Amino acid sequence: MFYREAGDFKTSYAEDNQTFPIKFDRYRYYFVLVVALLVIPFVISDYWANAVLLPFLIYAIAAIGLNILTGYCGQVSLGTGGFMAVGAYATYKLMTAFPWMDMVSVTLLSGLVTAIVGVLFGLPSLRIKGFYLAVATLAAQFFLVWLFNRVPWFYNYSASGQISAPERSMFGMAVTGPNAEVWVKYLFCLFFVILLSWVARNLTRGSVGRQWMAIRDMDIAAEIIGVNPLKSKLTAFAISSFFVGVAGALLFSVYLGAVEVGEAFGIQKSFLVLFMIIIGGLGSIFGSFAGAAFMVLLPVFLKILGVDMLGWATDIVAHIQLIVVGGLIVFFLIVEPHGLAQLWRLTKEKLRLWPFPH
Amino acid sequence: MKKILTLAVAGLMAAGPAMADLVFPSLSYRTGPYAAGGIPFADGYADYFTLLNERDGGIGGVMTSVPECETAYNTERGVECYESTKGEGALVYQPLSTGITYQLIPRVTADHIPLHSMGYGRTSAANGEVFEWVFNYPGNYWDSASVIVNYLLSQNDGSLEGQKIVLLYHNSAYGREPIRTLEVLSEQYGFELVQLPVDHPGQEQGNQWLTIRRERPDYVVMWGWGVMNQVAVQEAANIRFPMDHFIGNWWAGAEHDVMPAGDAADGYLSLNMNGVGDLPVFDEIREYVVDRGLAAGDGSNIGSVLYIRGMYAAMLAAEAAATAQEIHGVAQIDATMMRDGMEALNITEERMDELGMHGVGPAFQVSCANHGGPGMGRIQQWNAADQQWVTVTDFIAPDDSVTQPLIDEDSAAFAAENDITPRDCSN
Repeated sequence: MFYREAGDFKTSYAEDNQTFPIKFDRYRYYFVLVVALLVIPFVISDYWANAVLLPFLIYAIAAIGLNILTGYCGQVSLGTGGFMAVGAYATYKLMTAFPWMDMVSVTLLSGLVTAIVGVLFGLPSLRIKGFYLAVATLAAQFFLVWLFNRVPWFYNYSASGQISAPERSMFGMAVTGPNAEVWVKYLFCLFFVILLSWVARNLTRGSVGRQWMAIRDMDIAAEIIGVNPLKSKLTAFAISSFFVGVAGALLFSVYLGAVEVGEAFGIQKSFLVLFMIIIGGLGSIFGSFAGAAFMVLLPVFLKILGVDMLGWATDIVAHIQLIVVGGLIVFFLIVEPHGLAQLWRLTKEKLRLWPFPH
Repeated sequence: MKKILTLAVAGLMAAGPAMADLVFPSLSYRTGPYAAGGIPFADGYADYFTLLNERDGGIGGVMTSVPECETAYNTERGVECYESTKGEGALVYQPLSTGITYQLIPRVTADHIPLHSMGYGRTSAANGEVFEWVFNYPGNYWDSASVIVNYLLSQNDGSLEGQKIVLLYHNSAYGREPIRTLEVLSEQYGFELVQLPVDHPGQEQGNQWLTIRRERPDYVVMWGWGVMNQVAVQEAANIRFPMDHFIGNWWAGAEHDVMPAGDAADGYLSLNMNGVGDLPVFDEIREYVVDRGLAAGDGSNIGSVLYIRGMYAAMLAAEAAATAQEIHGVAQIDATMMRDGMEALNITEERMDELGMHGVGPAFQVSCANHGGPGMGRIQQWNAADQQWVTVTDFIAPDDSVTQPLIDEDSAAFAAENDITPRDCSN
């Protein structure tokens, strides 16, 4: 009824190629943007920002990054945590070495540093595939964490080996540090989410993204039709690592404020982001958001439901959470390998015919 | 998605704050690789407040409540727990995790809620002039490193010249804390310090113990927690390292750390900040809490090292709350008043006897400048035949001439980093 193409005429190629060709979809997208930009900053509370929204935004960036590599280019990576650590430590070194630098530049430069590291670890992907590549990226994960623990230069020789973000302001308002207002932090992260997801969406439907997908679907065939595997695999690693690095930088500087590498960027983080894109949907930007929202909200939701409303013991709820996440991953892998994004796609297909299906 | 949000909002409303209580949130961990230590501590913490409610009707006539939040020793979950409980009128936070403590220090300083990291966390928080809202009495890691070395000195006629001591530590902020002190001490007393990190969660230690076998150290000092401790004790038994030359700090000396190794763990030494043994207060806990079905756990942990420590932590918080009520003359205190109470806390031998906790900790007094307490610790030894810890020394004092300059240096660095002007505590 609302959701249909009938009567929505396109008169130019640009209109035909737009991201949201259906009017209802487009308005919904604008509506979400308006709510996110103009409503939430005014009503946000400490709890909602720190427990739900900030992690959601940050993990969404990381999930988009991993989705570019795994979902679009087909290169399995278990090194996400390590690359996030690169972003975080790059931010720390930049923040402490150049105190005058603004946070946007610091974050983008950290992404750039991560992209370079990502390309280095992406080089083996030209020779090895599938499981073996997963193991190679796993090595990157452990190597990077070990490196940041081992070399005191990375944590400025602090006694505890922790890195902590000093206070930095933009336009006179603190963005990092304990005195930063939550709405400033929120808007800062939202800025990166909107910017990066816009970039990702347009990359994936352009020639670069098509090359990635060709490599993913069959690399030999792609090579025969003229796709350069070196270029496309390395760009996928670079751009994916850039996103993941930005996510790591924000996680450290804006969200956590102090980080211990083994604990915050361990192998669990790699799996967490991988679960996000599996549950959300491989090869879908929307899926990255859905997966991130799901994995961030599920523990909070279960806690509120189990502990606060039903009065169960905290450890039982924590165990239930493990069971539910594990069960859902098995469920999605068997029943819906394309994740929440595919469910959303199917819903949209149904909505086009609603209320008069054939 | 929307449905989840609506439900979540409804849940938040339903779990509205109970403002009429004195709220002591417990950021516990009953799951994950550190649960073995987290469970008895959380039980002791919760049971003591339940005892106060049941026996005395709360503190100063106001009931206490202990909302529990599971962190799994994970800093992100810790932040979530902090944010979700701070609005309920939380008086003091005790996260039992050095990582979460580091995370919370800037937050509590901005939110003006006291943080009590009892024998863990950031050592330099002992300097109350810089860390107004953070307390780590009755002792900290640098104290305990110094106490261990003092004990070793007493075992070796006052000289450790030419000895080799291995520090086996959890590779995290927690495990790295004592290094600086031990380095200074190794220079001072001429012993060689070998550092061996063990990565989280600590199950893989084969390599480290191979090194220990090769290095043949005189002593092994361990900064371990969770599953790391039992693995280390087992590995030490496997290479037949003399147990009475293997010393854990106060987080590496509980029953569950040594039980898995059986008889082989006999003689293992560890530091302890609280006393062990049967205390009169346990009978009251059994009578008022366990028998009424109100215990946080199944009651089997009562009397274990970490249960006592959790109870001790709760006692210190309750005493501070009572002190705060006295200072401000109101029963319903807030977090700022609680801070004043913690700063004026005075624990005497008589008071501990009165509470049925004779010798549970040292007598000490907190002040504006000194948030760290005396830092004293006892050495205890595991008796595998009787399955109990035996206290072998009285409270040993740390060498403040070593730790104090380090504390001053580190807190000054923190103050400079965070633009804090130290308070003046002279008046």
